[in-house]
Amino acid sequence: MSVRRLAEKQPESFAFTPENLAWAKARIEKYPQGRQQSAVISLLWRAQDQCGGWLPQKAIEVVADMLGMAKIRVLEVATFYTMFNLAPVGKYHVQFCGTTPCLLRGADALKKVLHDRIGEENEVTADGTFSWVEVECLGACVNAPMVQINADYYEDLTPESLTKILNDISGGKTPKTGPQIDRQNSAPVGGPITLTDPSIYAAKEK
Amino acid sequence: MLADKDRIFKNLYGHHGWQLDGARARGAWDGTKAILEKGRDAIINEVKASGQRGRGGAGFATGLKWSFMPKQVDRPHYLVINADESEPGTCKDREVMRHDPHLLVEGCLIAGCAMGAHHCYIYIRGEFIRERERLEAAVQQAYDAKLIGKNNVNGWDFDIVVHHGAGAYICGEETALLESLEGKKGQPRLKPPFPANMGLYGCPTTVNNVETIAQVPDIMRRGAAWFAGIGRQNNTGTKLYCISGHVERPCNVEETMGIPLRELIERHAGGVRGGWNNLLAVIPGGSSMPLIPAGPDQADTLLMDFDGCRDKKSALGTAAVIVMDKSTDIVRAMARISYFYKHESCGQCTPCREGMGWMWRVLERMAVGHATRREIDMLMEVTTQIEGHTICAFGDGAAWPVQGLLRHFRPEIERRIDEYTRNAQPEAAPMAAE
Repeated sequence: MSVRRLAEKQPESFAFTPENLAWAKARIEKYPQGRQQSAVISLLWRAQDQCGGWLPQKAIEVVADMLGMAKIRVLEVATFYTMFNLAPVGKYHVQFCGTTPCLLRGADALKKVLHDRIGEENEVTADGTFSWVEVECLGACVNAPMVQINADYYEDLTPESLTKILNDISGGKTPKTGPQIDRQNSAPVGGPITLTDPSIYAAKEK
Repeated sequence: MLADKDRIFKNLYGHHGWQLDGARARGAWDGTKAILEKGRDAIINEVKASGQRGRGGAGFATGLKWSFMPKQVDRPHYLVINADESEPGTCKDREVMRHDPHLLVEGCLIAGCAMGAHHCYIYIRGEFIRERERLEAAVQQAYDAKLIGKNNVNGWDFDIVVHHGAGAYICGEETALLESLEGKKGQPRLKPPFPANMGLYGCPTTVNNVETIAQVPDIMRRGAAWFAGIGRQNNTGTKLYCISGHVERPCNVEETMGIPLRELIERHAGGVRGGWNNLLAVIPGGSSMPLIPAGPDQADTLLMDFDGCRDKKSALGTAAVIVMDKSTDIVRAMARISYFYKHESCGQCTPCREGMGWMWRVLERMAVGHATRREIDMLMEVTTQIEGHTICAFGDGAAWPVQGLLRHFRPEIERRIDEYTRNAQPEAAPMAAE
């Protein structure tokens, strides 16, 4: 378990934008009548997106009211699930995988890069651009080591390629997502040795 | 090697289109209506005859699991797909969802029909944002083509909702997943009642893994005999293997069940770094499973299926092979796994909530040798106090890797302790397991 608490400094209010509100209502509709509580993670997620990547207390309360839930139940959810950031994060929030498969492939060196380039874990850079956190397995183990920056995975990293990605982002460029070496997704380097028989793809794509 | 024509996941690496037309060209959604018309019992019997066992880790027979769903439908039945893939080492379902999502969507429809379910929730882990977008798009394509939904062309009303989590490993446990789906903390439920009687919203529910369900359409189309003809008895069919760690070319690959570990690694992943003799140990099925050391009776002769791994006192789990060569600091690697479990324990059961921290702290000290020899037995004792004393299998899954380490690498731990003690300063008296 990890201990997670709300940030000390909180904004005074929170309201969904009209667009997000409409989205949230449609989301609630997807669950059976009386089971609107099921939408709690989706709504908190949307609220976090709207707040620039973190979840203020007021947003938790707004979601509780929308779903007819006790505030403590929503707070429980917000503190249980570690992807809800309870304090502000950088515009680009780096989730660094440090679990064993990545560790075996050199994740330690990436951690040092993040430390040197961004600073202490969970701290936002002065310009608000970056923050980083060590997370548990992100499920891209054959492409280890890797990080997730906002929604995208950057895989098969070296300290050099991670530095370049961070520099590109801060320079306003959009780095290539996925593997940073010459391979396609989870296929072996040098190209796949399976799925090479053309006859299994003989039927034309219509 | 498994012939390409016998592979189910023909777009594993994303070389071809994931959309509906691409999937159709590879054979998906072909004759689905005819499959559904065979009826509930025929589908279940076919899957039973194929011998398919669940691909999510526990290896429970799929057809048998489906048959637990009540026959008469007096309240809604639910199919829930477990796409909360978070087991360290495992990255197979991700490939299915982003490159062949229609196999999953079609499988959901067939499985739903077989258990009398008109509603399906796919619970995908929160971190898989791009994969979720892809899956949602595929579901929408299926709706647009009237393959699913109300009054669809296949004749079984069926709704699919893609639901996501927010970073909790424990939600891969089926009852924790259901709790999470109901909008609560993901803390596992006591069983019984089992989900087949009282699952989601108190209604009959079956939870299946992504890979399991994505294989079903091919089993139905090609027949149980085809599937049962691959692999060994009781361990039939093909399996997605994820080979990570110290190999030359880490990759995912679909292979037959029961392929020898050495062949799997050398043929598909370019071999162990530095050659087979440089192998130290392998974790055959994701981090929850005990490691298997190198050696003639161990990893050298390991067959990668449920029974083969069990024979070596480990388990196939998710078939995520984590390879460690002789440069590995094995104690630290396992301490990191213990940290993972400490971080991910849901906190419901005391042996797990407290025990995970104990195991991790002791292992961290053992990694540098800052421990006493008697603590090795004490740690073993702690693992047995956790194993089997928790609501869900998380406690077992966290205790096994530590047990595997102690079983096979005790001399290494003792060596470190002795070395540390030799060089220790007088005041550094080691503490007991706190």
